[in-house]
Amino acid sequence: MYTPDFDYYAPQTVQEVCSLLTQFGSKAKILSGGTDLMVKLKHGTIDYEVLISLKELNELKGITYQEGKGVVVGARTTHNDLVNSDILNEKYLSISEAAHHMAGNQIRNIGTIGGNIVNAVPSADLPPIFIALGAIVTILGPEGERTVPLEDFFTGPGKTVLAQNEIVTYITIPDQPTTGSNYIKFGLRRSGALAVVGVASSVTMEGNIIKDARIALGAVAPVPMRAKNAEAALIGKEYTDELLEQAGVAASQECSPISDIRGSAEYRRDMVRVFTKRSLKASITKGHSGEHLETEHGK
Amino acid sequence: MQAIVDKEGIKRYLISLTVNGDTYTVVVKANTMLVNVLREELNLTGTKKGCETGDCGSCTVIMDGKPVNSCIILALEADGKEITTIEGVAQNGVLDKLQESFLNQTAVQCGYCTPGMILSAKALLTRNPNPTEHEIREAIAGNLCRCTGYVNIVKAIKEAAGQPVDEH
Repeated sequence: MYTPDFDYYAPQTVQEVCSLLTQFGSKAKILSGGTDLMVKLKHGTIDYEVLISLKELNELKGITYQEGKGVVVGARTTHNDLVNSDILNEKYLSISEAAHHMAGNQIRNIGTIGGNIVNAVPSADLPPIFIALGAIVTILGPEGERTVPLEDFFTGPGKTVLAQNEIVTYITIPDQPTTGSNYIKFGLRRSGALAVVGVASSVTMEGNIIKDARIALGAVAPVPMRAKNAEAALIGKEYTDELLEQAGVAASQECSPISDIRGSAEYRRDMVRVFTKRSLKASITKGHSGEHLETEHGK
Repeated sequence: MQAIVDKEGIKRYLISLTVNGDTYTVVVKANTMLVNVLREELNLTGTKKGCETGDCGSCTVIMDGKPVNSCIILALEADGKEITTIEGVAQNGVLDKLQESFLNQTAVQCGYCTPGMILSAKALLTRNPNPTEHEIREAIAGNLCRCTGYVNIVKAIKEAAGQPVDEH
């Protein structure tokens, strides 16, 4: 199985990537890990005359902690780099767990977080937990750098705010030392399955009172979405199981799932209710955590 | 990277790969996949082609210590990398303990997934010499065996790790 012919560039600087994108316009595409791009090229669902490889850009690879800024993850960091990161395992186990349950080992060794985000697949696993933790995307274009909260980055399935000549360089997770977070992936199989429903949450407690909460849902709307009504139901209230149930109901009402081969809209909506409740509880009681569950017939 | 354009205007690139300890210089097109270089240029046909879309793992090779799907990696992206294929697992004519344990445990049925399985297992045991069954299953989750012979494959990897294996 072959891809169509294309021209290949492997620039030495990120600025050069932007110049090439400007020069070739919509004929060019960035090649990061290629785990999605190569498959689409082979299937003929897309076609580009030019691929711009990021292979020489080691500065976009890796995870650092910067005092006062937070955890900074380069766009070329692979999923297994997230899984094996000491910084994430200590600070945001929820992120490394979300990455751990993606695809299979071979894909996790090659696929990058930049690609996972820029592809804007509604069921992608990383956006919900990043959104729940308030992650900021850094974008470089010919005019310089700009930042966008990840929750405002997606505009539709496969669509983002990224201009044709811009590239995502980093994701930053701001410091939130008293917050707990969690991601639950619910799939048809334990490995190599897309999420039927993905629910991420982060909660900051003050004694028994929920001071702040963020809920982000995957695979139940055209884009990874915040469940703001559910969050509003929680903030300022005392933590009880009934309250979390109410938030689950609110989240299930505000999402807009479709029916497809992985599950019906009705089923997804009800699973959003269940997993929102569970995810919030984990964020409150377990620090940072992640879980992967499969449907009954997947067992 | 050196490129050569022929009189029909087709561009080819000169890349260098270290495969099973030997360094090769090969000429590839931009859209040549790593699996095709291994199989067609270097005649290392132990690396199999299955789905060719990164799902089945039969094309697994170890690149810079990590198992990857060679069917969705451009040869150009592998320029300068160190690659181990199934042909590089046995050393000096002596089978690797994983190859021995796959034979002992009858972990091979049709055999098509076996090279990929062994390379995924090899990368696991190099990184983690004493894995749990869960870790073994996770490590080979990206390798599909359509004979569904997973039980014996897991046993074989346990045996290679020096762990007790249930006899039936």
